[in-house]
Amino acid sequence: MSPSRVVIVGAGQGGLQAAISLRQNGFDGAITLIGAEPGLPYQRPPLSKAYLLEGKAEALTLRPASFFESKQVTYLPDTRVLEIDRGACEVRLDGVGGDRRLGYDHLILATGTRNMRPPIDGLEHAFDLRTLADAGRLREALAAPRRIAVIGGGFIGLEFAAVARKLGHEVRVIEAAPRLMARAVSPAMSRHFEAWHRAQGVALHLGRAAIGVDAAGVALDDGARVEADFVLLAAGVRPNTELADTAGLKTVNGVCVDAQLLSSDPAISALGDCASFPDPRSGAMVRLESVQAATDHARLIAARIAKGACPDYAAVPWFWSDQGDQKLQIAGFAGPGATEEVVADGLVARFDAGGLAAVETVNNARAHMKARRLLAPGGAADLAALKDAIFA
Amino acid sequence: MIKVTYVAHDGTETVIEAEEGTSVMQAAVSNDVDGIVGECGGSMMCATCHCYVDEAWEARTGQRSDDEDEMLEGAASEVTERSRLSCQIKLDPSLDGLVVHLPEEQL
Repeated sequence: MSPSRVVIVGAGQGGLQAAISLRQNGFDGAITLIGAEPGLPYQRPPLSKAYLLEGKAEALTLRPASFFESKQVTYLPDTRVLEIDRGACEVRLDGVGGDRRLGYDHLILATGTRNMRPPIDGLEHAFDLRTLADAGRLREALAAPRRIAVIGGGFIGLEFAAVARKLGHEVRVIEAAPRLMARAVSPAMSRHFEAWHRAQGVALHLGRAAIGVDAAGVALDDGARVEADFVLLAAGVRPNTELADTAGLKTVNGVCVDAQLLSSDPAISALGDCASFPDPRSGAMVRLESVQAATDHARLIAARIAKGACPDYAAVPWFWSDQGDQKLQIAGFAGPGATEEVVADGLVARFDAGGLAAVETVNNARAHMKARRLLAPGGAADLAALKDAIFA
Repeated sequence: MIKVTYVAHDGTETVIEAEEGTSVMQAAVSNDVDGIVGECGGSMMCATCHCYVDEAWEARTGQRSDDEDEMLEGAASEVTERSRLSCQIKLDPSLDGLVVHLPEEQL
């Protein structure tokens, strides 16, 4: 019997997509979408890019209020799920109207991530950049000329640094790893962005850990100080797995799911940033932080619920990061230990035991799209085919 | 306000009004027009806001860029000479009354 009540915990892009796709697949049961933040579900990627420059919050809204009425999706903003009662198939909520329970036939965990708090003294002096409210505070802080320190040289920290520099601020980025975006891109691509940011006048402190933040700046582990009027903490995220942990679901760096995106409880699925799933190419368990994974996961789960069955998850991962005029696009996913080959300027192929794993490009949509197709199931994922496709 | 008509694959027309400066994709999404997905939010990272500009408007919407052309290669439905990524068409007064046709599929 197909479930008649679906509850989605988390109203980010993935959680909302699950609701949209359930209706698109003809699911006619009850859908409840629960979000911890106020307001309508919104896009996060622009918070570190266009929103900081333009400040148009309404442009971030993913669907208008009328969507929830016309598609009969019950949306509960400003509401937290306190507990999953798997025996009773209920979630316990705390929000408008106080503590209450809500029954489910299928539960979708789309709880996302939260910002990592590394062991640095005085982090209460630092800004965060995760929510619309965070981005609004940052926009205000950027209104006057400032000296800014950014802790973390990943996508978010660097996207923010590029915007702040463009606005004329003095920007310093502190990264504990010896290179930028070390978890996400090849060393060659790290070097490309290192050179670009330096050319914009961003100061980079690589291989230096922040050990303390105060009202006047950041203390580094080599005894140096970075003077700053304000500090942004952008040191990565960790998955929100507390609900799953407490409910006894299997979690290892995220809620563990199978190729059908089912958790260790067949009545519970997980998607997006909070889910650890088998990479279709390598079989290794991975957790991706991307719009692509969140929405592709959501579509599979919705189809499975609505139709009773669906093929295993097989989507090719893709990522992007806009840093100033540099548009980084990544097709595929390369784990730690991947080797690299610089194919052309701003075009790096990465390999693992299974062959071509990922292709990184800068301002090269053509190569990116070719790579996505080569990496898709049935594609000829090798370097010769990539070169043929790109230089044809 | 600028008027835009979206013609769905089955012929259903939806007429909306949007502010100047809004993209054709954003206008569709914020008015809950089915048939435009706009997954990447207008960053030209996906091809899920594909539309066909009506013949009568082709000259005024301009040409698609090279990058747009490349991303359209990933579109789910047939790409024709009138195909555009609707996130790349910004509404201005010269486009008041614009008509775009939507493909059968975006994914």
